Amino acid sequence: MDITRLQNDSSGPRIVFRTRCLTKVYEMGALKVHALRGIDLEFYAGELVVLLGPSGSGKSTLLNILGGLDTASGGQVTYLGKDLTRAGDRELTEYRRYHVGFVFQFYNLIPSLTAIENVAVVTEIANKPMKPEDALAVVGLADRQDHFPSQLSGGEQQRVAIARAISKNPDVLLCDEPTGALDSATGVVVLEALERVNRELGTTTVIITHNVDIAGMADRVVHLSNGLVTTIHKNTSRKSPADLHW
Amino acid sequence: MKALDHKLWRDLWKMKGQALAICLVIASGVCTYVMLISTMQSLNVTRDMFYGDYGFSDVFAPLKRAPENVARRVTEIPGVSQVETRVVANVKLDVRGFPEPVNARLQSIPDDGKPVLNRLFIRRGRSVDPAKDNEVIVSEAFADAHRFSPGDSLGAVINGRWKTLVIVGIALSPEFVLQTRPGAISPDYKRYAILWMGRTPLGTAYNMKGAFNDLVVTLSPGARAEDVISGLDNLLERYGGLGAYSRENQISHRFLTEEFKQLQRSAQIFPVIFIAVAGFLLNVVISRTVSTQRDQIAALKAFGYDNLSIGIHYVKMVLLIVLIGVAIGIGAGIWLGRGLGRIYMEFYRFPYLMYELKPSVAITAGMISIFSALAGTLFSVRAASLLPPAEAMRPEPPARFRRTVLEHIGLGRVLSQPTRIILRNMERRPVKTMLTVTGISLSSAVMIAGMFSKDAVDFMVDVQFRLHHREDMSVTFVDPASKKALYELKRMRGVVYAEPFRSVPCRLRFGHRSYRTSVEGIEQGSRLYRLLDMSLQAIDVPRSGIILTDYLGSMLGIRGGDMLTVEVLEGNRPEIRVPVAGLVKQYIGLMGFMDLSELNKVMKEGNAISGAYLSVDEKYRPEIYRRLVEMPRVAGAVVRKDEIRNFYETQAEALLFFTFVASVLGGIIAFGVVYNSARISLAERSRELASLRVLGYTRGEISYIFLGELACLTLVSIPPGFVIGKGICIYVAKALESDLFRIPVIIGNGTYALAAAVVLVSACLSGLIVRHRLDHLDLVAVLKTKE
Repeated sequence: MDITRLQNDSSGPRIVFRTRCLTKVYEMGALKVHALRGIDLEFYAGELVVLLGPSGSGKSTLLNILGGLDTASGGQVTYLGKDLTRAGDRELTEYRRYHVGFVFQFYNLIPSLTAIENVAVVTEIANKPMKPEDALAVVGLADRQDHFPSQLSGGEQQRVAIARAISKNPDVLLCDEPTGALDSATGVVVLEALERVNRELGTTTVIITHNVDIAGMADRVVHLSNGLVTTIHKNTSRKSPADLHW
Repeated sequence: MKALDHKLWRDLWKMKGQALAICLVIASGVCTYVMLISTMQSLNVTRDMFYGDYGFSDVFAPLKRAPENVARRVTEIPGVSQVETRVVANVKLDVRGFPEPVNARLQSIPDDGKPVLNRLFIRRGRSVDPAKDNEVIVSEAFADAHRFSPGDSLGAVINGRWKTLVIVGIALSPEFVLQTRPGAISPDYKRYAILWMGRTPLGTAYNMKGAFNDLVVTLSPGARAEDVISGLDNLLERYGGLGAYSRENQISHRFLTEEFKQLQRSAQIFPVIFIAVAGFLLNVVISRTVSTQRDQIAALKAFGYDNLSIGIHYVKMVLLIVLIGVAIGIGAGIWLGRGLGRIYMEFYRFPYLMYELKPSVAITAGMISIFSALAGTLFSVRAASLLPPAEAMRPEPPARFRRTVLEHIGLGRVLSQPTRIILRNMERRPVKTMLTVTGISLSSAVMIAGMFSKDAVDFMVDVQFRLHHREDMSVTFVDPASKKALYELKRMRGVVYAEPFRSVPCRLRFGHRSYRTSVEGIEQGSRLYRLLDMSLQAIDVPRSGIILTDYLGSMLGIRGGDMLTVEVLEGNRPEIRVPVAGLVKQYIGLMGFMDLSELNKVMKEGNAISGAYLSVDEKYRPEIYRRLVEMPRVAGAVVRKDEIRNFYETQAEALLFFTFVASVLGGIIAFGVVYNSARISLAERSRELASLRVLGYTRGEISYIFLGELACLTLVSIPPGFVIGKGICIYVAKALESDLFRIPVIIGNGTYALAAAVVLVSACLSGLIVRHRLDHLDLVAVLKTKE
């Protein structure tokens, strides 16, 4: 595995995402909802960023646009210099397919496939994927690989989802409330898995949460409120998820 | 309840596509039922009314010649109510501008123009003037075919003398609702006519002054036709009686009865299929609706709604869909019934068609649909109303999956994840998968059953006119003639080859069973008229003994080697006993066959023949027709090619109608089933599919997972559809089997192909509609909700 792929490039950390004046307006009938009102941000290679904010602050919208699930209404977002705002459905599908790993609050596993097959569903279409077994080993589920989702606990399901996300060796890992549906102890296990992936594989990781305590494990913490970035906080040292409590 | 009714309408509107598909399937069932039953009943009512108003006779007795005073003795036969004597003759016509042989039945009407029985409905013109010997009334079908109007004239050879006849009227008779030449397979309005002439001129022409050669009677109430028939046969035997027969064996009446039987049979089969499919679809849709509305049911219960009102709510939903379908079906059924009635009116000549839909038919159709729909949905409605609120609040437990059989036997290695998803989904609900397959297969079955008559008829025609009959034309003599008559035909320019035949009317008896038909005498090594064994291979007529049509053999319960009694109904009326030498295959009519010289020998009649089969040079055909018209000995001629062409011309519209209706209905079932399964699995799996889209799967790739399952089900359903279709055909053929015809169960590759094509196209169409929805999955929304 090429762990140092994105880290020691040249002078200073490389910019993975850059947003400029990014806006998003949802039109709901006559009503216009301004979800993002002008976001200027950079995300650097290999860092772990936590997006914090109350519901409705725009953090999911931002993540969805970064992940190519949604398109911006205005402004610009680039991925490794490429303009995502101008990409069509075909390019966005390809972008998600080869570069992005997603982890969702409700896991979104395929119920008819076993754990390992849920990972394989991604590795089969990726460019240089891990072996599904290795991806499951990273999240500590090597012994549960032949279980169907209905036979796994919530935490285990979420770890399968993480294995699925990392198995394609993505350049970025986007996680939307990965612990939102889990109890605290299980949440810690999931966060440990994410932290390990970020540390060992050097994958740029963005985690959305409304749980302030999780912010301790990040390199940087971005606060959003009402569609705007309010503060950006840089942690001097990252806490281990095991030390987090909520 | 008001709020619940609002919910009902909105829910229905939300599932309008699926509801419409089910409505259409129900409508198809109701429509076929209403169409077939109303057509049958309308024709029945029309027929009975026409028979009643115009005095259709009950018993018919053709004979050689009897003096008029015999009629009085007929009235003395117990059970006879009214009697009418007539003179009937077969004549050749010469129609200007139509250079083909035209045969006619010329029948007398009393000089006052008013028959007691079988009265004429004069459509145009007037009745004949008894003082004139050249006036005739012609049947409407024939007049229409040649665009005759009163005042036109045509040539006829009457008892060997050429005569110009003037048409004074155009009429319909209850005796000839279906105007078919005896022995023909379909009505031929161009080449067969019914003509009515005054009794005096016709009697004079045929030396029947004060005599008659045909008799019709009606029965007094409560009398049995068999008693009257045997009374008539006894009385008329010495006058050359040819065997009296009842209405049931009168050709026009008989064909009508068979047609009604066919309509009735179809009305039993097709609607049942549609209603069953609709019941299944409703079951699937309502179960799905109930399971997605678990939380709503729970909430309603929490507010205090009782089980009954929840149950009624879903029953209302079912009833609404069914009633809309029934309404559409009744409307379409009336429309198509009228169309079918018009097609039948081309065939069956009634003065009017009393189209009517009895309310009971509509009510029956509605009730059957409602009950089967409710039966189909009872389980899910009951489950919905009995769900405890607390349980209903919780989401349904996640679906359990297993490895498929294919994977267990080690094929898993080669399967991609999407393929695994397809297979496991199908295996997870085997009952649903099976029902879906059955539903789709019924659509091809319906089409095959609807179109099979065309293939069967093609095959029958092929056997009858290409294997059995191979002559260019057959010529019948007025009376049996000697072989000299054959040489006369052979000498005609253009006649390449000729073979004689003898046709003897008789009653065949074995034990207590009997059947009235004719025995055909044919020469050894006959080339133009061939007997076919059970595998349709040509065989020679045996030198001794009699060969019977297979169906006749089973009707009489007779087998090879048994002695058959042949009661000859002409000449000296000998009664002979001959051994049955074997059975032959024949789809049309029932007959016996004997070696010509053997038949002549038992008849003690020298070398008499009834006519000849000719093979002619195409170039000389018109000339031969002309010569045949002029030959006094020749009663009529039939051209094989004309018969085939006419058959297809008369059947074409009806066949096209049924093929069209069957394709549309088959398509509706296929569409209904595939579309509904697609919509439901889309609803059940949109989250999974959207997740895959998020993970980077393209639209094409998720369409494969989704539509692949439907494609699999559709493809798998085609072979069983063929089998079920063939089964229905076998049932129909068996049910319609009669002495008139036996329908072979022959289904052409084209029919199979068309059935499969309609199913595939309907499936693709519904696939495309659903695929459109698949392309617009909301990727963000599915990630935010828990299933």
